[in-house]
Amino acid sequence: MVVGERKPFDEIKKTLEGHKKVLVLGCGGCVTVCLTGGHDAVQVLSSQLRMARDNEGSPLEIIEKTVERQCDPEYVEEVAALIPEVDAVLSMACGAGVQFMAERYTTTPLYPALNTTFVGGSVKEGYYVERCQTCGECKLAYTGGICPIARCSKSLLNGPCGGSTKGKCEIDPEVPCGWQLIVDRLEALGQMDRYEEINMACDWRTNRDGGPRKMIREDFQR
Amino acid sequence: MSGECKTDSRLEKILKSGQFAVTGECGPPRGADPEVIRKKCALLKSKADAFNITDNQTSVVRMSSISSAVVMMQEGLEPVMQMVCRDRNRIAIQSDILGGAALGIKNMLCLSGDHQKFGDHPQAKNVFDLDSIQLIRTVRTMRDEGKFMGGDDIKGAPKLFIGAAENPFADPFAIRVPRLAKKVAAGVEFIQTQCIFNLDKFKEWMKGVVDRGLHEKVYILGGVTPFKSLGMARYMASKVPGMDVPDHLIQRMKDTPKEKQAEEGIKIAVEIIQELKQVPGVAGVHIMAIEWEEKVGEIAEMAGLLPRPAV
Repeated sequence: MVVGERKPFDEIKKTLEGHKKVLVLGCGGCVTVCLTGGHDAVQVLSSQLRMARDNEGSPLEIIEKTVERQCDPEYVEEVAALIPEVDAVLSMACGAGVQFMAERYTTTPLYPALNTTFVGGSVKEGYYVERCQTCGECKLAYTGGICPIARCSKSLLNGPCGGSTKGKCEIDPEVPCGWQLIVDRLEALGQMDRYEEINMACDWRTNRDGGPRKMIREDFQR
Repeated sequence: MSGECKTDSRLEKILKSGQFAVTGECGPPRGADPEVIRKKCALLKSKADAFNITDNQTSVVRMSSISSAVVMMQEGLEPVMQMVCRDRNRIAIQSDILGGAALGIKNMLCLSGDHQKFGDHPQAKNVFDLDSIQLIRTVRTMRDEGKFMGGDDIKGAPKLFIGAAENPFADPFAIRVPRLAKKVAAGVEFIQTQCIFNLDKFKEWMKGVVDRGLHEKVYILGGVTPFKSLGMARYMASKVPGMDVPDHLIQRMKDTPKEKQAEEGIKIAVEIIQELKQVPGVAGVHIMAIEWEEKVGEIAEMAGLLPRPAV
């Protein structure tokens, strides 16, 4: 899933300065799962904002709403009737959701409440970790199912570097060395011979470097 | 490995002639004054066969490796241009390889590079378009096949003697010999190792290297760094990733009075070199006297490595 983290409250409050009525719009997708942008998060943030603005003597009226997904025009459309009522929208979706809203409602200011952080998963409740950098050319078949791009701090494809110590990365003793994980896994799989194959330089065109990406299912384009 | 030299590198000539090679290191200044390099060069001249010019080591901004190497050549020393993958993509890397060779640089060391977290610009975006092994392959292909990575022909191939680093002490230890094998397969010609303090572990690694016959395909120069003080020994033992400093060396520095510690550090370095000379497969040493360039000559002298051969 896409993981997002709520921006610092003061930063959010500052973006809404001057606005009197806003829509705080949650997303029922990934950010609901990671507890930062769903229905409950909308309630909490809205209460905080109301209180803070009341204390400042400039009350803020808030409409609270959460749609199924903000990265889908069908659900984005659901708030069309609310938009004329507010002078700004605070989106609690990931960056994709915020942009789908901005593309649909072109004359209403749109602000993000989250920092979109990574593609990953939860190892336990409330604990999320990065696993994929969406490079566009999956290498997991060759690296024992552990990604060198996402898990190695230098994204080395023939690693590990000389900074791998007792299974940890040189940048932080709390960060596992991605290549230690790969080697351990290849050993467990009896595939250590794969380590000696040289991974050639990546074709980064499938990554962000090739420009904004799209994926089209031709069979659905009717 | 013997046979004709592929470049005009003095380091290559010495290694190919079977003589025990010595390389040193020179860190560029944090400013635009070339006199700093000239002064270091005056201390280093004739004390080793070639000298690494570091490339923004520990991710701290310094004068570029290429330009510092040019200043060094003006002083009559042979540089080894270090190049890290952290700061450049493959376009800039290949362009700098051409530029370095055009300016007369004969040796290049291919490195991944320290993570920028350790430097003075931890906010920087890192590149790592290539890794060190892909960089080795790139420069080897440019030199021997006269081709860019993209496949186009190069008009005037860069004649560089190609080196890399290897850390026998990093984890996982099991892949440390295979990793060297990958570098050899990619086309590396000489290796400078991480600073050696744990000789037993180094010998174990070298045995693995020799068992696979890799020492016949690549020249291995053992890295040696003198401790300036007990504080430095402790720092290297605990704070530098991938460094292996045995307790008995820390104890030895501790048992030495403060005013004698620098001398003791030099003695330890000389002893390590003497041992390295006996290790099968070791073709030379790489003396890294960090911001202590004036001691390189003394260490080389005490270890019986001077005068350096004329080639």
